[in-house]
Amino acid sequence: MANLKTKVMGIEFKNPILAASGTFGFGEEYSQIYDISILGGICSKGLTLNPKQGNKGTRLWETPMGLINSIGLQNPGVDIFIKEELPKMKSFNTIIIANLGGNTEEEYLEGISKLNNTDVDLIELNISCPNVKSGGMAFGVKSDIAHKIVSKVKKNCNKPLMVKLSPNAENISEMAIACEAAGADSISLINTVKAMAIDIKKRKPVFDNIYAGLSGPCVKPIALRMVHEVVKSVNIPVCGLGGIMSSRDVIEFIMVGATLVQIGTSNFIKPDIAVDIIDGVSEFMDIEGINSLDEIRGII
Amino acid sequence: MKVQKGIIIENKCISDNIYKLSVEYQGKIIPGQFFMLKTLDNSFLLPRPISVNDVNEKSINFLYRIEGIGTTKISTLKKNDKLQLFGPLGNGFEEDKLNGQIAVIGGGIGIAPLLYLTKILGKKADVYLGYKEKVYIDDEFKKYANSTTIVTEDGSIGEKGFVTDYVDFCKYDTVVTCGPEIMMNKIVDKCKENKVKCYVSLERRMACGMGVCLGCTVETIYGNKKACKDGPVFSSEEII
Repeated sequence: MANLKTKVMGIEFKNPILAASGTFGFGEEYSQIYDISILGGICSKGLTLNPKQGNKGTRLWETPMGLINSIGLQNPGVDIFIKEELPKMKSFNTIIIANLGGNTEEEYLEGISKLNNTDVDLIELNISCPNVKSGGMAFGVKSDIAHKIVSKVKKNCNKPLMVKLSPNAENISEMAIACEAAGADSISLINTVKAMAIDIKKRKPVFDNIYAGLSGPCVKPIALRMVHEVVKSVNIPVCGLGGIMSSRDVIEFIMVGATLVQIGTSNFIKPDIAVDIIDGVSEFMDIEGINSLDEIRGII
Repeated sequence: MKVQKGIIIENKCISDNIYKLSVEYQGKIIPGQFFMLKTLDNSFLLPRPISVNDVNEKSINFLYRIEGIGTTKISTLKKNDKLQLFGPLGNGFEEDKLNGQIAVIGGGIGIAPLLYLTKILGKKADVYLGYKEKVYIDDEFKKYANSTTIVTEDGSIGEKGFVTDYVDFCKYDTVVTCGPEIMMNKIVDKCKENKVKCYVSLERRMACGMGVCLGCTVETIYGNKKACKDGPVFSSEEII
């Protein structure tokens, strides 16, 4: 049977398949459906320093093969995560990644300082959420601003740091290069694509914030192209995500150079989809006579 | 709760755009719980939350109205076809909290989860069903209810007008309701006025169905709750 172990940033992952932030809670619900220790890792729900109630009004809208969300980072805050959620997450016997967002530099730095003293294995820095009015994605659009915030966070962070990029960045390769130069240990992309939906009966936008974030299989070709571009631009590992629905999608991301991948929206579509995906990757490798994903990583 | 493939026993249109779906299933279900249903192809993305209408020894029934692409596709499934069945999900009606004289009030497709509840209550509840014009599954309610009042907007069958006009709220200790928001709001107000305990089953857009995506938020006096996991049944006192 194929070996899916992946060592990256000094961390050994059982396999390169992680659950994406915002689609897996803190793992507890999914642990009632299947043995989530099979996952390479779990990215926590997006955290902010203080608890956040999230956005008002409609929060979800389905499009052809896509999902637009405007949750607005509803979360219990870093302190409650550390006290109540992290101990449970650690019991799941997989790599735990804390996804940290923020509105201001101070919020990011204080969040990092609290997470430094925990058992979190890795921090994913969210500079790309389109669903909060201030901050959020503002850090993830311009490379010089991203460089500034990532540099400060990295100086104060004693965990490996993965920076999650927005597809809405002015230039995705420049953005990745800026994050690498700022000390990021890896890059993950893409976060949701800024999108919009209209309720024609009410004659107004569906979402109170007008714009919201699109995910799901419809964004996969964009994500794949961006991962391909970024992999060729930086020397740090890249974690690919965006619309992964199958083991075939995972192989495609690996072939364009991703070291890790994340499963997001498809967790909602088939809650135990990670089982199929991990089995499918293994089966593909066996059939194709591939011993390690290194053999196909970045071949395109 | 688990993800499984359910084999369809029957999927038939019983009224305008209203379908009754029976699926092979064995397991404990609390009235008011729901399943996430999806066809096995990728013709639409998210599973659709559909409440349990009735439970038999080896099957469950769902009652759904065609609203969009998801329910349209589900309506094309035939006997022996399979569909993705994920559940049972949510907190349903807690039987031990339904005390004294009980009124069960449903409107439109909102009557769906109330049939199994009425059956479990065993002739204890007075049932009030409001329809626009065409009436469906009223006979099944009659089997299990203490009394059944049918109301149509045009009066073509049963009483004429809105179902809320035919309930004497001061007669009851507990009211249970599911249906259009405008109807439920009126019922909640009437219950408050008459100091009657009221439980509502809410409908929200949801993606995961189990408390992860945070898409189906319900604002309560205790902060944001999730319709899928904390509900869909809530005490009316806690909803803002």
